[in-house]
Amino acid sequence: MKRTSSETVVIPCSGIGKPFGSVSREAAYDVVETLRPASTRLVALSRLVLGDEDAREAVVSRPVVTIDGCKLACAAKMARAGGAREVRELAVIDTFRRHPKLKPEGIGELNDAGRQLARALAEEVAEIVDEHVGREGSDA
Amino acid sequence: MPELPRRKVGIVACSGEEIAEGTVTRLAALRVLHDLRPEDTVTICLPLFLAGGEGDRAFARVYPTVTIDGCEKRCAAHGTATYSAPPAGSLVVSELAAGCGLGPIEGRRRLNDAGRQAVEATAERAVALVDELLKVPRARRFTATLPSAGP
Repeated sequence: MKRTSSETVVIPCSGIGKPFGSVSREAAYDVVETLRPASTRLVALSRLVLGDEDAREAVVSRPVVTIDGCKLACAAKMARAGGAREVRELAVIDTFRRHPKLKPEGIGELNDAGRQLARALAEEVAEIVDEHVGREGSDA
Repeated sequence: MPELPRRKVGIVACSGEEIAEGTVTRLAALRVLHDLRPEDTVTICLPLFLAGGEGDRAFARVYPTVTIDGCEKRCAAHGTATYSAPPAGSLVVSELAAGCGLGPIEGRRRLNDAGRQAVEATAERAVALVDELLKVPRARRFTATLPSAGP
């Protein structure tokens, strides 16, 4: 697939110990596979940790949305450490506060509420992606 | 006599969100942590090594770790070695699956049959490493020769 600098890079949390980490990944997949597949790209946090050249190039040259599962905000910190210049930092907890009935449970497999929370978060990411796409269009 | 802390092994999964093998690493790690060796293992979050998780770094400097990577990039193994200490054991899902004759692993959100079998195979191999490490005397633990990730 051809990659362009107008794509938004989405980086979810890599945490495996809590449901909020799973929500961050599910939301990222919702965005890149379902909601905005043509204008987004997923980058694995572990590749940034390693200093993988392709991953670093992606975050340096494109707008980035990070989705963190806890207050340690590894995804946001790693994106900035990797050289990202434009980072929008989202946290699952903030979306959960807006949707308190959607309490996520399960780690390997989220419950229905967790998947709904992920979709709500994904829609927030999609709005940001649309802002980037609109800006690119107006810059052209 | 004071009770010494129980020895544990840290499990570090690459979590590679871009590929289905990354999903295998997460689920295999969880299988070990929750079902197979809950008393003997803890999870260490790979990105925390760089994002300020001093507790995680310190743990991995003192206690042995087993890394589970999805691909040959071996982000978990390299990251652990760089920010803490070389892992005492390491697995690579793509190599392990090939060695077990498992078909293409697909479905990073929902694994296919091959992926689910790879989870079990990876978890079993990780458990073997954990058991081996916990048998090794403390002074020799970091230099022990461990089984390869092959079948």
